[in-house]
Amino acid sequence: MSGRLPTALGIAAETATGRSRRRRLGARRLGAGAVPYLLILPVVGVMGAILGYPMVNLFRISLQRYGLFELIQRHGVDVGLANFRSVLHDAVFWHTLLRTVVFTVANVGLTVVLGTLLALLLVRVSAWVRILLTAGLVLVWSMPQVVAVQVWKWMTNFQNGVLNYVLTELHVGDFFQHDWYASPFSQLSLVTALIVWEGLPFVAITVYAALSQVPKELVEAAEIDGAPGWKVFRDVTVPIITPVLLILTSLSILWDFGVFTQPYLLIGQPHVTPSNYLMGIYLFQQYYTADFGRGAAISVLMLVMVAAMSVVYVRRMVRIGEVDA
Amino acid sequence: MSSRVLRRNLWNTVGVILFVVMVFPVFWMISTAFKPEDQVNSFTPTWFSTRPTLQHFRDALAKPFFWQDVKNSVIVVLVTVGIAMVLAFLAAVALAKYRFSGRKIFIVLVIGVQMLPGAGLIIPLYVMLARWHQVNTLTGLILVYLTGALPFSVWTLRGFVLGIPKDLEEAAMVDGSTRLGAFVKILLPLVAPGLVATSIFAFITSWNEYIFARILLNDGAKQTITVWLSYFLGTSRNTDWGALMAASTLTAIPVVVFFLLVQRKIAFGLTAGAVRG
Repeated sequence: MSGRLPTALGIAAETATGRSRRRRLGARRLGAGAVPYLLILPVVGVMGAILGYPMVNLFRISLQRYGLFELIQRHGVDVGLANFRSVLHDAVFWHTLLRTVVFTVANVGLTVVLGTLLALLLVRVSAWVRILLTAGLVLVWSMPQVVAVQVWKWMTNFQNGVLNYVLTELHVGDFFQHDWYASPFSQLSLVTALIVWEGLPFVAITVYAALSQVPKELVEAAEIDGAPGWKVFRDVTVPIITPVLLILTSLSILWDFGVFTQPYLLIGQPHVTPSNYLMGIYLFQQYYTADFGRGAAISVLMLVMVAAMSVVYVRRMVRIGEVDA
Repeated sequence: MSSRVLRRNLWNTVGVILFVVMVFPVFWMISTAFKPEDQVNSFTPTWFSTRPTLQHFRDALAKPFFWQDVKNSVIVVLVTVGIAMVLAFLAAVALAKYRFSGRKIFIVLVIGVQMLPGAGLIIPLYVMLARWHQVNTLTGLILVYLTGALPFSVWTLRGFVLGIPKDLEEAAMVDGSTRLGAFVKILLPLVAPGLVATSIFAFITSWNEYIFARILLNDGAKQTITVWLSYFLGTSRNTDWGALMAASTLTAIPVVVFFLLVQRKIAFGLTAGAVRG
């Protein structure tokens, strides 16, 4: 739930400095005893109270009838698995889940593939183009989501959006007053364009950092041996950037699966309907039904899915954390 | 040789075109913000206006609650960052300098919590804050932001604490300081740049946050700047695009400035290293 930004910057830094960081600093046991526990106590306490407790409560509420009345009474009525049954028998849930999966695959695929291509381009261009492109990427990276959405709305508005003008001028077709918000597919395509645009800098810069760690001698040696370019790329470069791509892909999956702000604001609250729901929005709308028990059941299902998907990423990061201490 | 030059020129051209496409939305936002009304509403876009105006910025600032909501954002962000830094620093020292049983579980939690989707936490956090009567208060929002800021601050600061040579610490202890004294005198100044960088990350995340601010604060005078901006569009057909872009520019400025500040370190780290050639 923390921002994509710091996590992303952390990964980028980790990738850039990965090698030097990997060295062992040796375990320190100086006067251990209670000290480390006292040091982590405040964080554990705060997280336990503000996140741990509500999570436990979430599981409890998911097994209860819990509406506005129960919220005021401060306790729900046990109904067993009724909320889960209701959700799992709801076609909207399954359609939303399927749509979100397709959406996630498209978004992650486009972001990672285009980002990697951009990184490969960064290696091949002259220094001034590289600086120019990197500066542009960093600028895009720094745009707040809500701001980016507003700019997207302005560019795609049907009356005089610049996108329609440019597409018409480029003879892609007649886009005069084309309404991009007419169908769920078109709406979600716009959201995809926005998310890929926002996500590219992180992927491109991180993969570029990984590429710069590919030892030049290795590539040259392979080339001297007469290996063709694509083969050098496949056998030397790809294995070195694969771990980074794995992290990037799993992070992107987690982010895009739970995405909320961009689709919600770009499509616009009044136009968010079951026909264009993504999981994040579906959950958000549960809050308005004031049926918190059912909402909690959906939250539980969503969190379980996310937890399953984050195993790869968390394991990898934990390994980094274990090595250092 | 010439085919090599040719190929490089080709890649350079592709690079420049991509730069233009990537940066265009940001350019278009700023360009629109400074354009006179007739050029904003024209069907044929004006790329660079020869008659720049500040009118849209005046209009945006005159909208109700702008300054109030900026103030709310600043309060929420400063309190969140302040508390997060103190608590996270302590935990980061524990992670970087000690081995203890339970350490791995703590790491798993720190990493894992960051992966939880905000949308999945709306209901549990809302129900809890409603019980504590903290809905529609900045305190409630700060509590929620802490759960986001703490884990990544712990993780990021841990990296900075690790970077401190142990000789320095030991030297301080030989001088007769206690271990705590060594931390304060030696560690703190050395970690200061890390604290600044981490604070900036936390600042940006909290400033940009939308979903919880949207759910928890439902009173114009109590909202944050992102919620203010999201309501700007309204429902009318005749959106004041110029003012919206001016408002967007204003919202983005602090984030862009701070981001460039931190990113520069990392970007230079990338280019200064093994990239030559």
